Amino acid sequence: MLAFFEKRITNLGETVMDLLNGLGSFTNFTLRTIFWTFKPPFRFKLLFDQIYFMGNKSIFIIFLTSSFTGMVFAIQIYLGFKAINTDSFIGPLVAIAMAKELAPVLTGLVVAGRCGAAMAAQIGSMKVTEQIDALEVMGINSYQYLAVPRILGAMISMPMLSAIFLIVGYGGSWVIGVKLLQIDPILYTQKISDLMRLGMVAEGLIKATVFGYLIGIIGTYQGFRVEGGAEGVGKGTNMAVVWGMITVLVVDYFLTSFLAKIL
Amino acid sequence: MINYTNEEIFSVRFKNLSKSFGEAKILYDLNFGIHRGKITTILGFSGAGKTTLMKLILGLILPTEGEVIVLDTVINKIGELELREFRRNFGMVFQYAALFDFLTSFENVAFPLREFTKMSEEEIKEKVLSLLDSTGISIEAAYRLPSELSGGMRKRVGLARGLALDPHIMLYDEPTSGLDPITTHVVYDLMRDTHRRNEHRGFTSIIISHDIHATLKYSDYIVFMEKGRVVEHLDVESFKKSENPVIRRFLEL
Ligand SMILES: Nc1ncnc2c1ncn2[C@@H]1O[C@H](COP(=O)(O)OP(=O)(O)OP(=O)(O)O)[C@@H](O)[C@H]1O
Ligand SMILES: [Mg+2]
Repeated sequence: MLAFFEKRITNLGETVMDLLNGLGSFTNFTLRTIFWTFKPPFRFKLLFDQIYFMGNKSIFIIFLTSSFTGMVFAIQIYLGFKAINTDSFIGPLVAIAMAKELAPVLTGLVVAGRCGAAMAAQIGSMKVTEQIDALEVMGINSYQYLAVPRILGAMISMPMLSAIFLIVGYGGSWVIGVKLLQIDPILYTQKISDLMRLGMVAEGLIKATVFGYLIGIIGTYQGFRVEGGAEGVGKGTNMAVVWGMITVLVVDYFLTSFLAKIL
Repeated sequence: MINYTNEEIFSVRFKNLSKSFGEAKILYDLNFGIHRGKITTILGFSGAGKTTLMKLILGLILPTEGEVIVLDTVINKIGELELREFRRNFGMVFQYAALFDFLTSFENVAFPLREFTKMSEEEIKEKVLSLLDSTGISIEAAYRLPSELSGGMRKRVGLARGLALDPHIMLYDEPTSGLDPITTHVVYDLMRDTHRRNEHRGFTSIIISHDIHATLKYSDYIVFMEKGRVVEHLDVESFKKSENPVIRRFLEL
């Protein structure tokens, strides 16, 4: 009986230790990547390559997700609030919700799925085939060469993609509102300037940048900690997606309450 | 007993070197040197600690105790940036070549030149093509990706990349694993030719292997390791005559 509890407690202890070790190495990774971000040489070519790669990889899904989100949103508001005549509010409501929440969060989920996964897969497979050792042996810091351009790339791509999401999504809602629901196009856009403030757009862009950083650091970290062949790469890729998405959703809550105070 | 303290004779020296990973002790109090200008093979069964020793030479991991001295530098006592700089003395060929899979053969070999020299595009092209030529890679294969090359070709490209910065010490981790017997000899010939071409400047080749036949044919010195200890460190002729039962067993394979 005692032995049973002892074993449980030992197991618990090990789990806690593993968790702390994991946290320790993640912190270590974070600090190192920050250090190497500010240390020359600055690899602009790699950074541009990454921005291009990320845009290329997610733009189509962003278009698809954003236009349908905008369209659905317009219909839902119209149907939901039909009793009180809300036609003039549909446009601004969509725009505000998109700018503050939907654009950064949904873009974050798409980018975590597409690019966070790609980061972990690329770096992970380089790890198991000793390509990272090869970089290090040549005297090149693999964090600087592989992680920094991806993290910065995600921080730059995310607000751009999120802005595209906002514009396309609003466009989608406009098509539904004006063409399908027959709302006067002037009415549809009119109240935006009254109701929407620049701070709302800023909120979305700040969120997108933070999400970009988080997706980047999680994706690259999962890549670097890959061990043990192709299976390990698959596992790391999976972890990058899962943790990337969870982090976006959880951090969104805290960012929202924080930004509400300062913007 | 060899006097290992002389840096004129040895390009790599180990002083009271021990390495543990956590509780597990992998290397026990090593004291020996690797001869400058010679081909030394580190031989031993799987798990003997050969790769660990190689990583210590490169400063990729740190010793638990003792020192690793390469040329005139204590590699485990210098800072990270200095170490990165110092690594240019090494060329390394990995077990499976470890070519960058996003770059062609040409760009793989050009990589260290672009990173560390101020050579013009013309000069880089000339140097890369001559390196690839000397390792037997055709122009046509130079512009292919590693995924489109055979294992033997990848190793040649890996060798060319390792040689790009004219290193003083060349390390090979099981350079012929996964190759057929004929290609194995081609790669060994290539390593020996490379060595001979650079011998005059004290070029040192360190090969990790468990291929006893090739080792006897191509090395000048053999370090035989077992369970983290050096059992024997001899020139090839003396090695063949060794009375050590473990080595006899290995020789009779
Ligand atoms: N990073 C590490 N953490 C823990 N143990 C390790 C680590 N690296 C190596 N070891 C252990 O050290 C021992 C020696 O490993 P090493 O890779 O040096 O052997 P080797 O002689 O190169 O073997 P092989 O011929 O199989 O490549 C093995 O038991 C291995 O499990
Ligand atoms: Mg090994």
